[in-house]
Amino acid sequence: MPSKILTFTLNGRQVEVIVKPLMTLQTLLREKLGYTATKSGCRQGGCGSCTVLVNGEPMLSCILPAEDVEGQVVTTLEGITPRDGLHPLQQAFFENYAIQCGYCTPGMLMITKALLDRNPHPTRAEIVDALSGNLCRCTGYEPIIQAVDDAARRIEP
Amino acid sequence: MTDQTLNVVGQAVPRRDGLGHVTGKTVFVDDLQFPDMLHLKMVRSPVHHGRIKGIDFSDAEKVPGFVRALTYKDVPKNIYTILCLIGVGPDEEPVLAEDRVLYKGEQIAAIVAETEEAAMEAVARVRLDLEELPAVFDVEEALKPGAPILKPWGTNYFIYEGHHCRRIRLGDVAKGFAEADVIVEGCYQPAPVEHAPLETTACIAKPEPDGRYTVYTNTQALFFTLDNTALILQIPFNKLHFVGGTVGGGFGGKVDVIVEPIATLAAMKTGRPVKFKFTREEEMHVSSTRSGWRMYFKDGVKKDGRIIARQVTTYADAGAYNRHTPYAVTKHAANVAGPYAIPNVAIDVYCVYTNRQPGSAMRGFGVNSGAFGWEVQMDKIAEAVGMDPWEIRFINAYRNGDLRPYQKVVQDATLIEVMKAAAGLAGHQLPDRLLAMNSWDREAPLADRKES
Amino acid sequence: MARLRGTGIAAVNYPTGMNLGGDPTQALIHSTTTGTFVITLSSSDLGQGLKTVLAQIGAEALGVPFENVLIDTADSDTGPHCMGTFASRTTHRAGNAIIMAAQEARKVMLEVAADELEARPEDLETDGKGNIFVKGSPQRSINIVNVALAAHFKYGKTISGRGIYMKPKSEVDPETGKMDPDSTQAHACTVAEVEVDTETGQVTVLSIKSAYEVGRAVNPRLVEGQIRGGSVMGMAQALMETTAPYYPAPDHAPGSFSEYVLPGPADVPEIKSVVLEYPSTTGPYGVKGVGEMTANSPIPAIVNAIYHACGVRITELPVTPEKVLRGLEAQKKK
Repeated sequence: MPSKILTFTLNGRQVEVIVKPLMTLQTLLREKLGYTATKSGCRQGGCGSCTVLVNGEPMLSCILPAEDVEGQVVTTLEGITPRDGLHPLQQAFFENYAIQCGYCTPGMLMITKALLDRNPHPTRAEIVDALSGNLCRCTGYEPIIQAVDDAARRIEP
Repeated sequence: MTDQTLNVVGQAVPRRDGLGHVTGKTVFVDDLQFPDMLHLKMVRSPVHHGRIKGIDFSDAEKVPGFVRALTYKDVPKNIYTILCLIGVGPDEEPVLAEDRVLYKGEQIAAIVAETEEAAMEAVARVRLDLEELPAVFDVEEALKPGAPILKPWGTNYFIYEGHHCRRIRLGDVAKGFAEADVIVEGCYQPAPVEHAPLETTACIAKPEPDGRYTVYTNTQALFFTLDNTALILQIPFNKLHFVGGTVGGGFGGKVDVIVEPIATLAAMKTGRPVKFKFTREEEMHVSSTRSGWRMYFKDGVKKDGRIIARQVTTYADAGAYNRHTPYAVTKHAANVAGPYAIPNVAIDVYCVYTNRQPGSAMRGFGVNSGAFGWEVQMDKIAEAVGMDPWEIRFINAYRNGDLRPYQKVVQDATLIEVMKAAAGLAGHQLPDRLLAMNSWDREAPLADRKES
Repeated sequence: MARLRGTGIAAVNYPTGMNLGGDPTQALIHSTTTGTFVITLSSSDLGQGLKTVLAQIGAEALGVPFENVLIDTADSDTGPHCMGTFASRTTHRAGNAIIMAAQEARKVMLEVAADELEARPEDLETDGKGNIFVKGSPQRSINIVNVALAAHFKYGKTISGRGIYMKPKSEVDPETGKMDPDSTQAHACTVAEVEVDTETGQVTVLSIKSAYEVGRAVNPRLVEGQIRGGSVMGMAQALMETTAPYYPAPDHAPGSFSEYVLPGPADVPEIKSVVLEYPSTTGPYGVKGVGEMTANSPIPAIVNAIYHACGVRITELPVTPEKVLRGLEAQKKK
């Protein structure tokens, strides 16, 4: 099967790349384009560390064919990090010690962004539900839940 | 207990690596790429125990992007030496299998290719001629006559200076059992589990223009891994430059030196950077686990709750190879009797080989299993003598000055203190008699327990 | 058919250091002329935060602000030897090595400051904020950046230090097991509360409450991180995890996160902890270590709680609904 030219919006900028058939969005972002904030924990769709936003919806980039984002809007952690300082989400995770090894963190931040964009005042149950597809082996989750709650109040008090 | 004279120690300062983690800018091994980088994938045993009669690479070589295959013949010193580096011998695990495989998933040959897909395709096309042999999976079955023998020295257990197990002997347990009012027995068996860090084991080995190799790795033990790699490759240690220190979760699962030697060898043979990253499936099926430990407890207990004799026999399921299990067996032996002052102790811990993926270090190595055994057994004892679970532990808890089973005098004991604090946190009111105890001296009636 | 609640306890010790010792770690400290103190190591941070706590120990021992200390770790060309991050050894060994190196560097720093301030080194104090001043005359002070510049350019001295910590390797008597395996013991006690559904065999952990004694908590939030993470890991090992569901048979080995059951945020019980500090005789500022032990007491506490709840004593992990139901069935038959 031949390679294709793929055009899409990545973190606010138009991107045009050549992709091989069945190349995943994760591989495209990390290896071809060098955006390594999106992590690669399992490549089986099982851990959530590869979460990115496609048209604002959280998607597991490790099982998403890159071709599927033709003409779409993709956002990664690089896209929500401001040039100076931190996004309130990132500030909340940092200050609440919601990080240890850091490997699940990008996925957690992206799923949180997706949640707060559609539900700015989530209950604890809604936060837990939204995070349930993202594994963390280090923190025991509670600091992350608290960070999301804190972030919600920072973004929309 | 705060110390007024400390400025920084004791403060909740922000994490140094926190900003990198929340921006995704922290660099993990898998985030690195180099021009002309090759990918390494392993040909692995599909059987639990077998003799290798032949390997045919002819179809694999035809896969576009195939660069080369490595077998045991390419490895200068085809033996892992991890135990020798911490003073425990002998070494018995090959880097690449020679004529036998001892577990399903054992590495037989390495394929190096231009892309990951090409390497995986080539691995799938390698044809193995294997004769399957009978396998043993149960630790006690492995010690019975007639079990298939897995080790070149003729046994299925590690030999500790002529003994078939690590031994602890303090006092006289037979005498203790005779004097006991109640005998309490129990068998405890935690299953093997996986570390499951979010980041899998990985390294990239890169040739440098001065003839050295830089290895980017997520090992937990930088020099340990460097030394092992140099010994396997038979090159001077200073030819290797290891870079790491940022690990996406370890929990003991990244101390087996399992990817660096073969990736560096591949870099040497091809003159190009080589990346070897475990897939999640490899991390689950192949990488070392926490072992299963089977513990048999037999305790002699007095009516007043004192344990006066404890006998423990443990079989550690090392799996197919040593890795670090012989070391953990000693640590388990030292600790499995628990933080209790027991005058007569006999412990035998066996390191047993079976045909499963090897066990190795995991958080609490050797003690995690022991804690399960000794603390469930403690409740069983409490029930046998009709005593409250808190009281039985307070009575038996070691104090400073008591003797450990390995004949070291206890210092820094604080078991009584944490039990009091935990009871308080849980809203459980302990009786005054227990609240009056501490780790620095015993109540008078128990003073005679220092004899052993 | 009922939901039965139970409480269980477990009390444990955990030894610090590679078993039997013989696991040295070195640290090197040098002051740059910019007022930064670089601590060079080869230790690996697994996420537990050693890049932070070792900088805290270095800052304390040097008498300089935390912000002025930089940890440079894990390059074998530039870093001195470290045995590795395992056996709850790093804060203890590397911390002690850093204190030793800091003492050497601090001595030179105070000598230079003394010359600059026309005082004796023993009359000087560091304020922990970046200044060195004469005790009793705080207006006679000098900033550490200026001390660093003076040391290098005026006096030709290096503000640097070398440190190593090694517990000598112990032998083991093959007959009796007599040995000296560890540097100190940390302790923990956990109280677990569970609910057992006698119809489904499902066990829900309601709370895990623990007291830890760690010698010294260098960074209380990071210690708490270990306790929380370990409590959940312990719960998972007790109730969910196995690479061999039919152990010792190797069948049905899980190969993905769909098959290898791990807890998610909805499974997390109430976790509370209190940390005690009884400084050890051998650790840096009395540190014992906490990284490994935090899964150890939750597991038997949960299993003991299950017994308290419904009379089933599980002796093989993980506890599965099947094991609970078979245990309840066996009880009925008696």
